[in-house]
This record gives sequence, C-alpha cells and structure tokens, in this order.
Amino acid sequence: MARVVMTLGDDISTDTIYPGRFMATVLPTETPMFAFADYAEFNQKVKNKELEPGSVIVAGWNFGCGSSREQAASCLNGPGLVIVARAFARIFLQNSINLGLRTVICPDIEASEGDDLEISETQVVNKTTGKTYAVEPLPKARQAIVDAGGLIPYTRKRLLERE
Amino acid sequence: MAMTMVQKILAKATGLPSVKVGDVVEPRVDVAMSHENGALVISQFNEVYRGTGLEAKVWDPRRIVLILDHRVPAESSKTATNQKKIREFVAKQGIPNFHDIRGDQGGICHQILPENGYIRPSYVVVGTDSHTTSHGALGSFAFGIGATEMASVWTLGSVLNVEVPATIKVVVNGKFPKHVAPKDLILHLIGKVSAEGANFRVIEFHGETIRKMSTSGRLVICNMSVEAGATSGIVPADEETLRYLREEAHVADEIDMMTPDPDAEYDDVIEIDASSLVPQVACPHTVDNVRPITEVEGTTLNQIVIGSCTNGRLDDLEHAADILKGKKVAPGLRMLVFPATWRIYKQALKKGYLEQLVDAGAVIMNPGCGCCLGVHQGALGDGEVALATTNRNFKGRMGNPNAEVYLCSPATAAASAITGVITDPRKEG
Repeated sequence: MARVVMTLGDDISTDTIYPGRFMATVLPTETPMFAFADYAEFNQKVKNKELEPGSVIVAGWNFGCGSSREQAASCLNGPGLVIVARAFARIFLQNSINLGLRTVICPDIEASEGDDLEISETQVVNKTTGKTYAVEPLPKARQAIVDAGGLIPYTRKRLLERE
Repeated sequence: MAMTMVQKILAKATGLPSVKVGDVVEPRVDVAMSHENGALVISQFNEVYRGTGLEAKVWDPRRIVLILDHRVPAESSKTATNQKKIREFVAKQGIPNFHDIRGDQGGICHQILPENGYIRPSYVVVGTDSHTTSHGALGSFAFGIGATEMASVWTLGSVLNVEVPATIKVVVNGKFPKHVAPKDLILHLIGKVSAEGANFRVIEFHGETIRKMSTSGRLVICNMSVEAGATSGIVPADEETLRYLREEAHVADEIDMMTPDPDAEYDDVIEIDASSLVPQVACPHTVDNVRPITEVEGTTLNQIVIGSCTNGRLDDLEHAADILKGKKVAPGLRMLVFPATWRIYKQALKKGYLEQLVDAGAVIMNPGCGCCLGVHQGALGDGEVALATTNRNFKGRMGNPNAEVYLCSPATAAASAITGVITDPRKEG
C-alpha cells in the first residue's frame, strides 16, 4: 500500500519540480534537498526524510514538461517517491526510466492527499475511494531499460558486449 | 516506403532501407552537445565504466561539442568548479570542439552549433538541453536528452531504444504583416495545439512562409517546438539552408539535401495563414496560455528581456534597435539585452544596434542563458512582471515564484519598453 503525499494539477514543469536556481547542484545524492523547493511544506518533509519510500505524488497531464534537467527526476528518486500521472512529458519520462524513478501512466487517475493506493503493472486501485484505474504500459523501448535496472547498467552491459 | 524527414534521418542513421513509426532503433549520433550539465554527464559516464576494468574513453571526441553558457562567467564557486571539471575532461579526452567563456568563441549553445557549422541536414543531433530542437531548422533530427542518456551516447555513440516518432505536418502560407514575426507564429501554434499537443511527435514545417523564412526565423520556430511537447521541429533542407551553411556557417563539404517523400504519412496536418496573424503573447504561467496582443495590452511591466536561444540573433537586435532608435525606455522599467553569441554581439556592435539600445536605456549583458531560467542575473522581485523574448514563463522561471513572465517577439518587447506596458508594436509605426 502506498500513501498519496501530494496531489498536483496539469503541466507541472521541471522549474517547479527542481527550480533553476539550484541547478548548480547536480549530484543525485544532493538534489533531493531542493525537490519542489517552492512548496515549502513538501520540501521540508523531503529534507527531514519524513516520507516513506514508495510514497506517491499524483499529478495531471504533462508532468515534467520543460527543461531536460535530470535533477527533476533524481530529486524525486532519492527519497524513493512514485509518480502517478495522467501523462508525462517525454524527456522527464525518459530521465525517470534511465534513473529508476518509478513512473506510472494512469490517464484517469483520481486521488486526494492521504489516500492509499495499490499500484500494479496493469492498474491503480484507490483503496480509500474503492475505485480502480487502468495503467498504460511503458513503451516497449523503455521497458528494456527498466528491466536492466536503469540506463547505466544497461549501457555498461552493452559496452562489455562490444569489448 | 514513403518516409517523413525523421523516418529518413533515422533510416540513414541506422543503415536501414526504411523505418516505420513505432519501430525501435538505435541511431548513431552525429553531434552530441552539452553545456554546464556536462559536469553531471562526466560523473555518469565514469559510473558506466566503473568496475569494467576499461579506461573511460568517449566514443568519438570530434562528435562531442561542449559549450559553457548557462552561468557565465560563473556566479558561484560551485558552478566554477563544475566548469573546471569540464575543462579538465575536454583536455583529457582530446575534445576539439569546446567553447569556453571567451569573446572569440563563446555564446549560447543553440546558436553556437549552427553558426559554427556543426549542424547539417540529415544529422542526428542530441543535446542535454530541451531546446536542442532548434537544430531541426537546418534539416536535422535534433532532440533533448538527460545527462545519463548522454553518458550512454558518449560511451556507445548511439542513442539506445529510440522509438521512431510520428510527425505532425504544419503548413504555413501567406506573408507576415509588419511587426509580426516567426515568434508570433510559433506562439500561435503552441496555443493552438497546447503544451502537450505534440508530445512524443515531431513537427515538420512546410509552406511558402517557411520557404521564404531566414534560418534565424526557422531556429525560432524549431526552438520552441518543444513547448508544444514535440521531440523535434524540422524544416526540410532547401536553398536557404544551403545559403546559410555556405555563407554564414562556412561549411565547405558535401551536404545531404534530404527532403521528405511527397507521399509520406503524417499523423496530423495543421494549416496556418501567416497573413492573418497578429502579435501574440504567452501569459503566465504556461507557454500555451497564448493570447492575441489586443487582449493583454496595457499590462504594467517591470522588466523587458531581449535575448536567449530563441530571440537573441542579429535580426532580433536590429528589429528592437530600429523601434527604440531615438526613443527611451520608460522610467522605472529595466531593459536587459543579451545577444545569443559573441559573434552576434560583435556584429550588433559594428552595426550600431547596441549603441542605439544603450542610448535608449537598455543594459547589454554578455551572451548566456542565465537570465532566461533565473540562474544568473536579471532575477525578478516579488510581484514583478517581465515581458521577454525567451521561451518559458513557468512559475519561478526568472528566479522568483512570486513574479510573472509574459513571452513575445522582439518587436513587441521593444515597443513595450518605450511605454512600460504591454504594447502592440504595430502602433509604433
């Protein structure tokens, strides 16, 4: 079971997820401290490590639009968050898959903060409301990277095969 | 099989006779560009090699271009250290194409690449920057990727697991009215299709207006294609492409003048009449919140910004200088101008545009991205409003979540600088 810790609307940009003014910080070990830096309450919870790994952010359409900054994915991956959105912007989705941030495409999702979700490969069940929502599978090109545990191990394997 | 531009480019880059939409391919990369986030690419690249017993060597140093532009000169010790790390990597790997913080070679990556002849039609171009879509202006398939993806490209020389995208054909005909520019066209298109309307797809630009458009204008429309979610914007190569590459980018070698097949299949076709367009403004806080200028005229402004990878080229500065010649920036308003590269800076200096702008009250900044994304100079105060020729107006974009950013063309920005409120440039003569 996973608890919804924040709900967001459509078109949440990478400037909101990880504001540009913190972009000089690049290491995945350091980026979580600036996750949603302008949402003070949520940011404080990340900083204080109050969120259980597996906690869920539920968002609308086009989550992660804008910049290619990888910090936007790594800052959410650090605390082990799961993102359930109606749809993701391309570069953010690819960055998440490359880094192992769990992203769930769920076009009809409806949930409120505090709801408990049960997420499987095919559906999201909102245990609080009793409603079930279908999950869109990741494009097949991306599943191979997920299966390898991220793009770094996937590339390393390909490198060793070449050598 | 009839193919779109992106299909043809990906077929060439994989050595296949043809590719279909949805095919998963691994195209070899012609140009791999990074800026300051190259520091993260370097650490991820070293991570790929960790434990392999192999020496970490990039696949082809000549195909990598590194450009320092986001925070130049460094605004903090952290940035300076990242930039130092990049210099050391460039030297160690023998990367010849490095644009450091120098007046004789520097500037914003998306103008450095075309003006130095790095981009050719039919190329696969990747960059760790979402506005890499710009380079479709010269007939390439150019798209933004993250730092880890780039580390993979540096290792293997190809992009792994790319799905061949579908294409939206945008056909533009008619002559732009006075003071209506390619920026107004792309803002209109983004407003029409929405911020995610082209997600995972390519926009291919056609029509008489595009054929007559300069490469500078084509760079504007391809640059902002990503604001409709597009993987890339592409203008098929034509006479203007060839002219630009030969005369301005000084490319001497053979050029593949690739064009799409006339019977290629498109996901969608959108037709636009340029002659019916009026100046457009994207209102806070999304780029697709686009209105005709008549609906937002009179909005009070605190800062005008002309520059960026979108609108910091010579014709943009000329247009602004023309409107501001002999006029003054309104009292209480700040006007910041940052040419896209030092080459453009020097040309604008010679032509007198910079002097005209300074005499009007503008501040000329050095070429760089900082102000656009709020990471280096030009930040807004609480409750302030900016009108900018840049590409994004997301909350917090110009360094302050309690401020607002409107986006427009250089002509609209210049006309508004005189009055201090959003002003229709058509009224300035």
